[in-house]
Amino acid sequence: MEVLIGKKTCGDTELRPLYGAADSTQKKAPTKKGGDGDESGDGEGGQKLAEKGKQLKEEMDALVDEIDEVLEENAEEFVKNYVQRGGQ
Amino acid sequence: MAISKVMGSEIEYGITVKGDPDFDPISSCVLLVNAYREDHAGEILWDYEQENPLADARGFMVDGEKYTPNQQENIARNKTLVNGARYYVDHAHPEYSCPEVTTARELVVHEKAGERILEASRREANALLPAGSQMLLYKNNSDRKGNSYGAHENYLMDRRTSFKQVVEHLMPFFVSRQVYCGAGKVGSENRSQPCDYQISQRADFFETEVALDTMVKRPIINTRDEPHANREKYRRLHVIVGDANLSEFTIYLRSGVTALVLSMIEDGAIKKTLALRDPVRAIKEVSHDTSCRKAIALENGQKLTAVQLQLEYLEMAQQYLSGRDVDDETRDVVEKWGEVLASLERDPMELASRIDWVMKLSLIESFMERKSLDWDAPQVQMLDLQYHDLRPDKGLYYMLERQGRAERVAGDEEIAAAITKPPEGTRAYFRGECLRRYGSAVFGVNWDSISFNVDDEPIRRIMMEEPLKGSRAHVEELLKNSPTAADLVKNLRA
Repeated sequence: MEVLIGKKTCGDTELRPLYGAADSTQKKAPTKKGGDGDESGDGEGGQKLAEKGKQLKEEMDALVDEIDEVLEENAEEFVKNYVQRGGQ
Repeated sequence: MAISKVMGSEIEYGITVKGDPDFDPISSCVLLVNAYREDHAGEILWDYEQENPLADARGFMVDGEKYTPNQQENIARNKTLVNGARYYVDHAHPEYSCPEVTTARELVVHEKAGERILEASRREANALLPAGSQMLLYKNNSDRKGNSYGAHENYLMDRRTSFKQVVEHLMPFFVSRQVYCGAGKVGSENRSQPCDYQISQRADFFETEVALDTMVKRPIINTRDEPHANREKYRRLHVIVGDANLSEFTIYLRSGVTALVLSMIEDGAIKKTLALRDPVRAIKEVSHDTSCRKAIALENGQKLTAVQLQLEYLEMAQQYLSGRDVDDETRDVVEKWGEVLASLERDPMELASRIDWVMKLSLIESFMERKSLDWDAPQVQMLDLQYHDLRPDKGLYYMLERQGRAERVAGDEEIAAAITKPPEGTRAYFRGECLRRYGSAVFGVNWDSISFNVDDEPIRRIMMEEPLKGSRAHVEELLKNSPTAADLVKNLRA
């Protein structure tokens, strides 16, 4: 019998680390604990996540400049003209 | 024992043509879908004979007309791809239904491959448009003017589980799961309470608890009963309550947790009654509360926040799994579910690299602060829309991803591979491989069948009523021994 969700992985790859190495600038993922979910999120892990969140907020300011460069011009008209027919 | 949760997602994208005052969504969709070229995909029919969107899971048929296009229209609107997906025109939107998978991680890979397929066809379609016009696509669910389009999920379930049980246990789960599945939206619509920003794109549009409709008076739980598989054994839960997610982490958690909760329902592991007093009202209350602290009313008079409701499900999941042989993915999903709920209780902004609605909110707030803008500013509404833009250089989600501000689940290489490779664990493998190997002999396709036109014989329809059969392990030998479609048909009849 299968257990919940099958164990097959995609393609001919083996199980990879959950956070792909595709982007080297990526933030480090929280360290994986062995136990159940109920022990994570408090203590050390939680504090780390909180720090990470704060850091991200600060770094976000640097992002504003980049957003400025890519944001559609004439935002008002653009948003007004974005009208869709209802779907499902 | 719960059955394996074969699953998929069906995403309708927003579409517009900038610089074209006469923009027509349907012809633009047809142009887009046909701009994507795979060998033979242009000549294969979608087999509508197998469809029945009017069957209701509560056990009756609804009156209405079944849509069956003529052959030419059928081919123009439907593409079945070598990765096992269906890419087509659904009403006035392009839709990508990913191939059936068996894990949440594979779902991420295939849903993401879908984004790339649409972006590739968008670029091709643009080359055919007059100078000054540009087609744009958005993976979102609303134009913020009262028009919504769906991002559906589907999960295979055991038909022996009563639909009443499914409804009872899923309702509180669906109303509350948006705190980690929402894609975020500036403002409100469809006559719901005004707000600056809300968690979900879709919550404003749900007007009833349980029904068959998907386009008007949308229900939190949809009763469409199209198993696309053996009807006696399976049902396919058609989930219309979710948002179109860009964050891989969010897609992973959404699918993984939902699949687990459905298994728990099948195994009778939801022991508590968490029935809500007014789910339709609650789904909007939860969406409109970005602090995630307001409590909603249960039928028994108790009041719980959405996070507390999810914690109840998490606790039942932990009990359910203890003492079982749990696979790595399920263990990881449960661990991350716990982490996310803990973050939501402390401060949702901790999830600024994990959960779509928080990622978008954090980006918008930073921009507003620096530019001294308020929520009504057109630029703020533009940021909301552009978060979902499929262009890699313009889409704000992709910008976050490029900068390492979006937690990944899949790798770019495997996403690229999934554009032309089907998942290996389901019948999608057989479908995709048949298209790749014998494309010119394939006459028509549906999720649970594929038909061949070989030599002068009548059309042969091969039924695939078992979603887990047709996997690589199951058919690799057969395919190897069938150099042509005629051989395949002969071998199958032998």
